[in-house]
Amino acid sequence: MNGAKTVNECQPSFVRGLWALTRRELKKWLNDPVMLVMFVLQPLIWMGLLGKSMNIGGLFSANNINLPQQVPIPGTAILYPSNLPGVVLNGTMLSQMFAEMGSKIMEDTFGVADYFSFMAVGMVSMIVMTTTMFSGMSIVWDRRLGFLDKVISTPVSRAAIIFSKILNATFRAMFQATVILALAYLLGLKLSDTFTPLNLLGVYAAIFLLGVGLSSVFIAFSIRSTRMERPMQFVSLITMPLMFASNTFFPTRLMPDWMQAIATVNPLTYLTDAIRHLTILPMDTTALIRDFTYLGLFAAVLAAIGIVLAWKYLTR
Amino acid sequence: MKSMPDDVIKAENLTKVFNRSLVAVDHVTFSVREGEVFGFLGPNGAGKTTTINMLITVLKPTEGTASVLGFDVVKQANDVRKVIGVVPQEYTADEDLTGYENVMLCADLYGIPREVAKKRALELLELVELTDFKDKRVETYSGGMRRRLELACGLINRPKVLFLDEPTLGLDVQTRAATWEYIRRLKKEYGMTLFMTTHYLEEADALCDRIAIIDHGKIVVTGTPSELKDSLGGDIITLAIKENADVAGIIQSVENVKEVRKEDGSYRVKAVKGEITAPLIIEALRKKGFTVTRLSLTEPTLNEVYLEYTGRAIRDTEESRAEFMAQRIHLRRARQR
Repeated sequence: MNGAKTVNECQPSFVRGLWALTRRELKKWLNDPVMLVMFVLQPLIWMGLLGKSMNIGGLFSANNINLPQQVPIPGTAILYPSNLPGVVLNGTMLSQMFAEMGSKIMEDTFGVADYFSFMAVGMVSMIVMTTTMFSGMSIVWDRRLGFLDKVISTPVSRAAIIFSKILNATFRAMFQATVILALAYLLGLKLSDTFTPLNLLGVYAAIFLLGVGLSSVFIAFSIRSTRMERPMQFVSLITMPLMFASNTFFPTRLMPDWMQAIATVNPLTYLTDAIRHLTILPMDTTALIRDFTYLGLFAAVLAAIGIVLAWKYLTR
Repeated sequence: MKSMPDDVIKAENLTKVFNRSLVAVDHVTFSVREGEVFGFLGPNGAGKTTTINMLITVLKPTEGTASVLGFDVVKQANDVRKVIGVVPQEYTADEDLTGYENVMLCADLYGIPREVAKKRALELLELVELTDFKDKRVETYSGGMRRRLELACGLINRPKVLFLDEPTLGLDVQTRAATWEYIRRLKKEYGMTLFMTTHYLEEADALCDRIAIIDHGKIVVTGTPSELKDSLGGDIITLAIKENADVAGIIQSVENVKEVRKEDGSYRVKAVKGEITAPLIIEALRKKGFTVTRLSLTEPTLNEVYLEYTGRAIRDTEESRAEFMAQRIHLRRARQR
């Protein structure tokens, strides 16, 4: 009974523990199809209602401008040549010219001619954010039910406990993002010419990085919490500003300066930008490198903080 | 710190203070010998679970040291974790998984080789008689089945020391008896050392080789159940008389009577050889003209021991179930802040 000798066959491995804990959570999740549907429904409703109702492109379309067949211009409105009594323009042609200018404005503003494509990608970012945050909350449940204490009393790596939460959140986000992208495509998302199925790998990589970063923040925040209220408050407090002070719904270029400043550090901006360049916009390598660098740093720094806090606070 | 080879668990001045103010465990010192069943007996909130949580490395002691099989619970926490099994107070098995999946999850956490784990999981499920239900989701299990599943999970790593926190809390009488049977069998078949907490006196009496009574975070007394009962110095005679007078003096003068206490209308007499002393007391009282209306003789049970050392009956600490649950939740939160 000497402490120095190995006493049994336990060889806890990080990977095995991580996989076992992650699998448990994914199984729980797949066992609850109602929650799954709810999570997909929410952004679908946003996408359907907001994306389709805020038909910004439609403002400028030929159908909307509806000029009469003949558009008379009085002489007083004409500066040169002078002394003309007035002209009558072809209304149909004029409408078309406006429409062309409209789609030029749309493209200058949003990068694509239709707002729906623009915001549908934003929706993917939104679902990644909400999914990662809410699934981080399961650590509070585990604590309340005593499951966390049981896991802590086993020799499994502490990092595996935390990473299983992060991975689970990220996997869920990737799954939901896939559903949203597919639905968006069916609802009329227009892919750019540079899109290839390979780009999807990039999309997943970007989602993975943001998912890891965001869920680390969230887990670090709720690791000591025993009540659901606090993390819930935190999520609802943080999601709105993150969503609107980013390029999710509108280009940041047109925002007031202070909002642009927030958007510049907001990781959601970079995820949205990366996915847009990979799907609906022409591929822009410089932009992609910038986006991935930022997302990578974000994930690395926050995951590191999450792990440190986990070590410190899992055992009270 | 080298520990004696026969001390499997050793705690010295173990203390836990929550929020810098709530002293849950107060300088507790004890040791558990190899192969014995050691019980912590005390009311809810006495510090039993907090002590267990420190021993199983879930909580860090505020003060003092503890070791399990020679491994320090703070400095060598991971070595401790490998050799212990834990059966928590709560039902911690995952409701959405099957019984078998739950046991295998535990095996994965311990890193038990897959093939060994599969075989052992089936063996353990057989031992706790859950073989027929192993592929059913835990949400369909009854309380007793869940408790048994926890037992199977706690044994997956063939622990040298098994910690059981309130193993029969909330179970009905029959299921409780069955659980005791499992625990006895475990001890016999695996030769493990068991550390358990309970607030049921019968349970402590039925299962434990040695008991420590804990109250307000402090150990009040430690010993085998019979040592503790003997320490009371004899049997308890409770009697009442018809007349309204104080006869404590008369009873006290009877041979073998050690102590007389008046308790709302009746007398609680502590005496050696109660069966001989009781008639003598009746005789002495009759001589003075008093009539005994009621008399009972009890050999000391842990209940009396408990009463003696903590000054109150353990029953007094059992409130309604609702209050009890509220208190549990409260405590759980207090422990976790």
